Amino acid sequence: MNKLTLQKAKESLKNKDFSAVDLTKACLLQMKKTEPKLNAFVTVTENQALEQARKADVELASQGDALEAKPLLGIPIAIKDNFSTLGIRTTASSKVLDDYIPPYDATVVKKLKDAGAVILGKTNMDAWAHGSSTETSDYGATKNPWDTNHLPGGSSGGSAASVAANQCIAAIGSETAGSIRQPASWCGVTGLKPTYGRVSRYGVIAMGSSLDSPGPITKTVEDSALILEVLAGIDEKDATTSPKEVLEYSKHLDKDVKDLKIGISSDYFIKGIDKEVEELIKTAIKKFESLGAKIENIKLFDPKYAIDVYTIIQRSEVSSNLARYDGIRYGKDRESFAEEAKRRIMFGTYALSSGYYDQYYNKAQQVRTVIIKDFEKAFEKVDIIIAPTSPSLALPVGATKDTSMFGEIADVLVEPSSIAGLAGINIPVGFSKSGLPIGMQIIGPQFSEQLVLASAHQYEINTQNENWRKLTPDL
Amino acid sequence: MSKYTPVIGLEVHVELKTNSKMFCSCSADYFGQKPNTHTCPVCLGLPGALPVPNKKAIEWCVMIGLALNCDIPLFSKFDRKNYFYPDLSKGYQISQYDKPFCQKGFIELSNGKKIGITRVHMEEDTGKLIHEGNSSLIDFNRSGVPLVEIVTEPDFQTAEEVKEYLQKLQQIVRYLGVSNADMEKGEMRLEPNISLRELKTQNSKLKTELPSYKVEVKNINSFGFVGKAIEYEIKRQQEILEKGQTPIQETRGFVEKNSSTVSQRVKEEASDYRYFPEPDIPPIRWTNEDLATIECLIPELPFYKLFRFQSGYGLSVYDSEILTKTRDLADYFEEAMTIGRKHELTAKQIANYIINKKIDINIILPAKLIEEIIKTTKKTDVNEEKLAKIIEKVINENQNAVQDYKKGKETVIMFLVGRVMRQFKEKIDAERIKAVLTAKLK
Repeated sequence: MNKLTLQKAKESLKNKDFSAVDLTKACLLQMKKTEPKLNAFVTVTENQALEQARKADVELASQGDALEAKPLLGIPIAIKDNFSTLGIRTTASSKVLDDYIPPYDATVVKKLKDAGAVILGKTNMDAWAHGSSTETSDYGATKNPWDTNHLPGGSSGGSAASVAANQCIAAIGSETAGSIRQPASWCGVTGLKPTYGRVSRYGVIAMGSSLDSPGPITKTVEDSALILEVLAGIDEKDATTSPKEVLEYSKHLDKDVKDLKIGISSDYFIKGIDKEVEELIKTAIKKFESLGAKIENIKLFDPKYAIDVYTIIQRSEVSSNLARYDGIRYGKDRESFAEEAKRRIMFGTYALSSGYYDQYYNKAQQVRTVIIKDFEKAFEKVDIIIAPTSPSLALPVGATKDTSMFGEIADVLVEPSSIAGLAGINIPVGFSKSGLPIGMQIIGPQFSEQLVLASAHQYEINTQNENWRKLTPDL
Repeated sequence: MSKYTPVIGLEVHVELKTNSKMFCSCSADYFGQKPNTHTCPVCLGLPGALPVPNKKAIEWCVMIGLALNCDIPLFSKFDRKNYFYPDLSKGYQISQYDKPFCQKGFIELSNGKKIGITRVHMEEDTGKLIHEGNSSLIDFNRSGVPLVEIVTEPDFQTAEEVKEYLQKLQQIVRYLGVSNADMEKGEMRLEPNISLRELKTQNSKLKTELPSYKVEVKNINSFGFVGKAIEYEIKRQQEILEKGQTPIQETRGFVEKNSSTVSQRVKEEASDYRYFPEPDIPPIRWTNEDLATIECLIPELPFYKLFRFQSGYGLSVYDSEILTKTRDLADYFEEAMTIGRKHELTAKQIANYIINKKIDINIILPAKLIEEIIKTTKKTDVNEEKLAKIIEKVINENQNAVQDYKKGKETVIMFLVGRVMRQFKEKIDAERIKAVLTAKLK
């Protein structure tokens, strides 16, 4: 039952096919079985999870419509370790916060709890979310469930691997530029990066504050829609959240893609792209065409420029965001920062220094505006844009060694849309011959989550019977 | 002194008395509270916590700016000022860098000189370090309390000008009701920066050029001390300049016990705070309607009230200044005036009574005050006949004085008034005796 999708698990709980405790135990059992190979979790909260599941069962038994009021009642969910959880250690996978137990819940966590979710634990990530491999965690690398000699991607690698390995029903990740979509792609799961400001950042340990976007990592598009309904919305504790109305995303996924205008940019099939990736994405585009969508070639700003913009803005914000870990209050001194964090602090501090500010930070913001306008122009012509999520398959373990810009390069195809704060999703489209998943991203304008989800859902249901969907990780 | 002109600028921090802090809902009333009881993830700077600006504090900051004749740009934003200090919970302070809420204002001194105000911006206060023996403790109750910083141009030349400016500024923020501006509680903090310009040249450009150094003085907690600190600095710097040297650019601390200053920190170069726009708070965009609404919240300011008390009530500058010192006292006087008019009391009578009797406006209500004034006036009425008799008697007994007066020595009249007053147990209005006496001696 731990293999069930969120929607199916909900139905079963409603039908009393099994209890929330059964479901939670199944997930915990899968964890016990697979964690030695995967290391997807930093902290497992077994006792609390079972307690929450027991409470959920009481509500499920006593109230017929309990799942109406609490749409995630009894659903075991894993949360990335950069979300503050009341009373549960939250490290962002850095030893600097080894002993830190937050006295409050992030808004996302609070919303999940209010919706009745069972929290299984905190998933592994690149330390401080600085990376795209989950290999830079101070708590050991997470491995890709499809091939443990490969990386899961990152920084939400623990969440993506956990969903792929059926250790949980769904997971929560956060994306600054690629940290949801890229690990989802490498692990063969669905990862939704909502528009910046759609989901509250309150309580999420800040990386690039003007970019960070929490979102779901799930087994299906519909599951992402179900979770987004719970998470989205204005938060009085986050001044950058939008007051825009939250839609019932999961109820409007059935809109067909007939006459949907899909933009394809040749610049996103960059030089050196994995041939199998290119082939499968092109096949997926043909699928959309066969469903009645109109494919248009568009010209987008070369994504490589986004690397520089992203690197400067993100590192500048990082240098300021990490200043509070000054060795006085969190029990560990600054020596506990690993190489990558130190590099980013140095880089960002330099970029913000007087005399360099205009040359770097200010210039980057100007180019950011150009990139935003570039997308706006594109979305005058097309409804959504489709591209590969990652130019490569999941790379082998150890690939990040001595590659300080590993993440930025691995994430080249998701950075432009992150910089522009757009909505985007990764969905799996198949496997390489070597058995590694391949993902496609669908990008839409800001606050177009409904359209992005519906388009992705249409692809998913129309490829439901393809053979590769029957594969499961052999763990 | 003649060889040098002091060049003095001022930075003043005013703590706003909003109910909640600048970026969270903790109570901002931290004074005298148990340490770390007014805190939350936001003002403790815990991982993941985010600031949400206090709308009222921003409106009050703009009110201060408007009251100080500032321009209010329609676009403004918060910035991060990055620096390390243990009392700074986030490793940066949320402040404003290049787009403050208010800029280019002034305060006019009584001599007509206008002190330019460069900017008025909003920021958050830091925590407080408490040193006990060998350990240092941090109290974050003050962390995130809204602070408004008011920066002047280097327009002051004397300690007196600085003091008058500060009194006016304090009076204005108190009038606005946005801060108690009590220096002892740290609700108003001042940092003058002082340097001396040499007057060796007639070249007009050099005359306005700023000196090559600047000395900032901290730890000043009263208006009296600010004068002493400035005077000490002027003397100290002059002595250095006279030796042909240039004073060091530094921060000095005021030492109360001997009214001197001592070096605290030498600033070899400008600190690099690596300001950048605060990504957690969207920029603020005002409409003209927003600003008009805020402007409506501004009460009549001291300057206008002072003018109106003179022209409207015919009061002297001296009386008007006393009565408009605080909004409460001015309101009290005007309330008493409304009642007093019905009993044909003059503004002068009421003003005199309040000022001379040092009326405690929190104890005696305006209506009661008017009753008292009437009673006093009536008493003299009852004694009209007695007064006439006594005056007659005094004139007879002091013929020498009377003769002097008649010869033109007018000051003698007050001697006679005094003699008359001595005959009464109760206090009688001197002006009244004087009037009757003068008439009689004509």
